[in-house]
Amino acid sequence: MAFQGVDFYDIDSLLSEEERAVRDTVRRWVDEKVIPIIGDYYVRGEFPLHLVPEMAELGLFGANLPEEYGCAGLNNVAYGLIMQELERGDSGVRSFASVQGALVMYPIYAFGSEEQKRYWLPRMARGEVIGCFGLTEPDYGSNPAGMITTARKTESGWVINGSKMWITNGSTAQVAVIWAKTGALDDPKSIRGFLVPTDTKGFSARDQKGKLSLRASDTSELVLEDVCVSSDALLPKTEGLKSALMCLTQARYGIAWGAVGAAMACYEEAVRYAKTRVMFGRPIGGFQLQQARLADMLTEITKAQLLCLQLGRLKDRGAMTPEQVSLAKRNNVNMATEVARETRRLLGAQGILAEYQAMRHLANLESVYTYEGTHDIHTLILGEAITGLSAFT
Amino acid sequence: MRRERLRAEVRRVKIAVCVKRVPDTETRIKIAPDGKSIDEAGVKFVLNPYDEFAVEEALRLKERAGEGTEVTAIALGPEAAQETLRTALAMGVDRAVLLTTSRQPMDPLITARVLSAELRSGGYDLVLCGKLAIDDYNHAVGTMMGELLGAASVSGVSRLEIEGNGGRAEREVEGGIEVVEFSLPAVVTTDKGLNEPRYPSLKGIMQAKKKPLETKPVELEEETLEVLELALPPERKPGRILGEGPDAVPALIEALRNEAKVL
Repeated sequence: MAFQGVDFYDIDSLLSEEERAVRDTVRRWVDEKVIPIIGDYYVRGEFPLHLVPEMAELGLFGANLPEEYGCAGLNNVAYGLIMQELERGDSGVRSFASVQGALVMYPIYAFGSEEQKRYWLPRMARGEVIGCFGLTEPDYGSNPAGMITTARKTESGWVINGSKMWITNGSTAQVAVIWAKTGALDDPKSIRGFLVPTDTKGFSARDQKGKLSLRASDTSELVLEDVCVSSDALLPKTEGLKSALMCLTQARYGIAWGAVGAAMACYEEAVRYAKTRVMFGRPIGGFQLQQARLADMLTEITKAQLLCLQLGRLKDRGAMTPEQVSLAKRNNVNMATEVARETRRLLGAQGILAEYQAMRHLANLESVYTYEGTHDIHTLILGEAITGLSAFT
Repeated sequence: MRRERLRAEVRRVKIAVCVKRVPDTETRIKIAPDGKSIDEAGVKFVLNPYDEFAVEEALRLKERAGEGTEVTAIALGPEAAQETLRTALAMGVDRAVLLTTSRQPMDPLITARVLSAELRSGGYDLVLCGKLAIDDYNHAVGTMMGELLGAASVSGVSRLEIEGNGGRAEREVEGGIEVVEFSLPAVVTTDKGLNEPRYPSLKGIMQAKKKPLETKPVELEEETLEVLELALPPERKPGRILGEGPDAVPALIEALRNEAKVL
């Protein structure tokens, strides 16, 4: 069954023909290649790595970066629609593309030298090189400014020491963007980004076991023990923590769209089930309680779709602010989690099976709720934007 | 030497692919108030899946032959069929021609005549199209074009090779495979199993708008067929579980014999 989309407000009419063509291509690919297999991979706790060459062939990696670096050169709305469709398949698949594009290719594009761009971006667009992003540490999640990973200048380059946690693609990657302090530990302005090949001596990655969420995704811990890299490993234009946060803004933008995809997948499943499941002699969709569930889901999805689209248009105009991204990430992920939970409940006992999508999405979205700026942190970002008063310090 | 010559000949091949804009098979069709047409509101239109095989095959022939081969996609239909042609361009076709009409003809011969006129003026060596369009299931336009163009005509192929001035095709026929050799120019209609069509890549979608898409208004002959009525198939009755295991067999036989009357 191909996905028919959820478009109660004819939002399609606000998209260009190209944007729709991009969305429809990825939608079809997800229907044919992701949906049929993802439940099994999820249960096994494995990322479907065989999809990577196909994703590269389609042009999904760094799709909003320029063609001169081997990327598709799409606008940000088309990029968002890609994230939406990928997460309709699974948050793990979308996370893979988000990390590759927004957290590794983007910083190389934004902060790298011309040589770094020419070397890494085409290889990453072709999926020959997979990247990961090392910012979060075991003791520094919401407070990355406190990080204790260090990079010390030597005659020939840098020596990096520290550990990073919750790193998507960590064990799969050939290159890691590692954020480290080049100055004193109380100086977040000294944070710079480094491109570290994962086969460098002293670099190790370990799969984080026991996840009940994002099971079809590689989440790893990275340990860097006297990792020596040459001078050209530094991303020269990184300047303090704000450079890392700029990457997160890119990724969060994609997550705001992705969450809508997960919600649409659940909603479609809920509608189909409600219309076909017969109880007390009629389809459960005929009962008021289920109708209320479905009406709430459709309303929230429609609002989130419009939020994403306007956010994308702002981004394409160069007018998007990080606070606007916070609002969309916070709202949409929370919304999608609620939609997944209500779908799970509407499906009754079936809802706990991997054969259906709802519980997988629900479990995934609990991670998405926490990563890339927790829901709570985005609340405080908005609080500061509204009042001018920071609740952090 | 022979190989060299063949390659040189292959390079000159001009391929046309005729494509049609059709409703997506997954779309829920609603009948328009006139009872004779479908309500197009909310209907998603796609490149006819059988024509997708033709586009893919043309692209593979081009990739095998090299730069000299040009693939043109041709459609007859409303302005909106530009989107269908752009899908073909995004897949990798070089240029496209839309023969613009206000209506999609019912009579396949009318379509075949208009397309043939365009094909004749283009001087194509090979014309590919799906063996049928999923909206009317006529199986007719391709073979009619072969006749009108005086070209070899092979229908419903599941394997195709072009070499030199001719080709070799396999057709799945009842109980076996028929192998056909033919000379160029030829019209070949494509069947399922011929290939697995590629997805248009995102770069392809971006490049498609820069490729030439020519629109030519055409006059259609007077329609010879008329649709009297369009109706949805009767809704299937839900199944019924008569029981489980061998115990249910007598009840099943009883129902098949007396209710369904198939035994």
